[in-house]
Amino acid sequence: MTEVLLRAERLGRKLEGDVPVTLVHDIDLEIQRGEFIAITGPSGSGKSSLLYLLGLLDQPTSGRLWLEGVETSSFDEDRLADIRLARLGFVFQANFLLPEFSARENVQLPISRRGKLDEPAARSRVEDLLASLGLKEQADKLPHQMSGGQNQRVAIARALANDPSIIFADEPTGNLDTAASAVVQTILKDLARKQGHTVIVVTHDPSFAAQSDRTIRIVDGAIA
Amino acid sequence: MRTVLVDVARRHLLARKRQTLVSLSGIVLGTGFFLAISAMMQGSEADFIHRLIDNSPHVTVQDEFRNPRKQPVAELYPAALVQMHRVKPETETRGIRNYKQSLDYIREIPGIKASPVLLGQGLVSFAGKDEALSLNGMVPSDVEEVSTIGSYLTEGSLRDLAGNPDGILVGSELARILSLERGESITISATTGQKHTFKIVGIFHTGRAAFDQSQVFLALKRVQALLNRPNRANEIVIKLADPYSAQAVAARIEGRLGYKSVSWQEASEDIMSTLALRNIIMYSVVTAVLLVAAFGIYNVISTVVMEKQRDIAILKSTGFHARDIQVIFLTEGLFLGLLGCGLGLPLGAGIMWGLGQLNFKFPGTTQFNRMPIDWGWEQFAIAGAFALIAAVGAAWLPSRKAAKVKPVDILRGAGA
Repeated sequence: MTEVLLRAERLGRKLEGDVPVTLVHDIDLEIQRGEFIAITGPSGSGKSSLLYLLGLLDQPTSGRLWLEGVETSSFDEDRLADIRLARLGFVFQANFLLPEFSARENVQLPISRRGKLDEPAARSRVEDLLASLGLKEQADKLPHQMSGGQNQRVAIARALANDPSIIFADEPTGNLDTAASAVVQTILKDLARKQGHTVIVVTHDPSFAAQSDRTIRIVDGAIA
Repeated sequence: MRTVLVDVARRHLLARKRQTLVSLSGIVLGTGFFLAISAMMQGSEADFIHRLIDNSPHVTVQDEFRNPRKQPVAELYPAALVQMHRVKPETETRGIRNYKQSLDYIREIPGIKASPVLLGQGLVSFAGKDEALSLNGMVPSDVEEVSTIGSYLTEGSLRDLAGNPDGILVGSELARILSLERGESITISATTGQKHTFKIVGIFHTGRAAFDQSQVFLALKRVQALLNRPNRANEIVIKLADPYSAQAVAARIEGRLGYKSVSWQEASEDIMSTLALRNIIMYSVVTAVLLVAAFGIYNVISTVVMEKQRDIAILKSTGFHARDIQVIFLTEGLFLGLLGCGLGLPLGAGIMWGLGQLNFKFPGTTQFNRMPIDWGWEQFAIAGAFALIAAVGAAWLPSRKAAKVKPVDILRGAGA
């Protein structure tokens, strides 16, 4: 039996200004738990904007969004931040690690912020995540001491730190070479297939999109 | 969770060592100079007030009235508007009436030591030179209780004055000018034409040249005779156990006796106002120094906020609240403020110590003095508090800006 994890109804996002810009409009979609979704489309079509709306990083100007059956449109920023911390994980094109923190410390940040695990449990969780992503040797390295692929794997570990329901990945292989890209793709695919995470990926790469359960193509801010 | 925020703040500052050190040195110097200048100014003020309290009567009852007496017509028609021109306060030309009775009343007030004084003018001639003198006629046995002149005696003692009715205390400057020595005699002429020869039983040195040249202290009865004012005193000088109650005591005495009673605060009102003004100027200047230092902190934290937009975006997208981000940058300001205090206060203490070693000869004095420094904890607390407020205040604006960063704006830019 499938469970709807995320549901959008006529979701829209418009930037106000002298010349209003519609980023996303009238998106209706449902995403099931454990699905591996690829969002594709041409540059500037609104793929990332849709991802930010679904990931509660941005607030819609129209429509409604339900996460695990709870309507989130009326939530304030702090409540949305709490949901992101506990239920969602993010991986971006640029790895966005804190440069002064080691791989271990970057992964531990969301765990420490949430404060649900005590220090030994948090450390153990971080070690497990790093080991599972092949980063055990890199744990004490700073981001600039690691390769792009390693940094992106640290970013994935950080996204998984609080065991989220959904992983959002915005062009996660966009800055990587072919080999590193293949590793990241495999990790994300396994997160959905083997570990039951819901994974939503924005990608330009047709071969990566082809590995997903479902592809949502966005053109001019709407589902094509 | 707070540990995480503090850790992020700490690493931001450590990652920019040079800029952090520059802004830190600003706050260190600002705190140090704030403390040193404030302690020096407060020290000199406290020293000044201390001298004022010690060297002058706490309350002086004078032989005059503050306001004209109520006229009979005004007493007859209390509800009427009575306007009279050229009504002046009465002046007791012969001194305070029944001063002994007044003294008895004053001495009943607890914590009071009072003594009658007859002030007058006199002249001493020596080797063709005339020196004008201010005669202080006092009860010798009271002098020690109501005056500090005894502590300035370099030769002789107050006991000598009490033991010799014709004794006189003269200042060191007068003694120098007239080549006088203890044990010698001088003849003083009063404005009444009376003359009397006194024996120098003591020489005092206060360090104030004008005072040491013009003031002499003699027995009350001799001055009464010289000035032809038997059984008269034109002032009652009072010393209090609590000098700061002088205004209340003066008001009480004036209310009872009617004679103008002046507290040391009233007598020095202009000086106290000047001191207050000096404090305002001093605190303005040293606060300006700290403000300049605070701009350094503002500059560093603003730059960090600008440079760390991506970090702020990732922290917020991960689930950190806007408040958390603000706490991070305020903590950076607090770090700089605390470090600034930690290093600036010892620096200030060092400057204070250095200033305290210097000897100065102030205008109007004849001896070298150490710079008075206030080492009270309040000075350290005020300087520390100002530094912390300046540092955290400087971090406030950038921290608010950081808290308002919308992660999606940064992510859109980075992904483009």
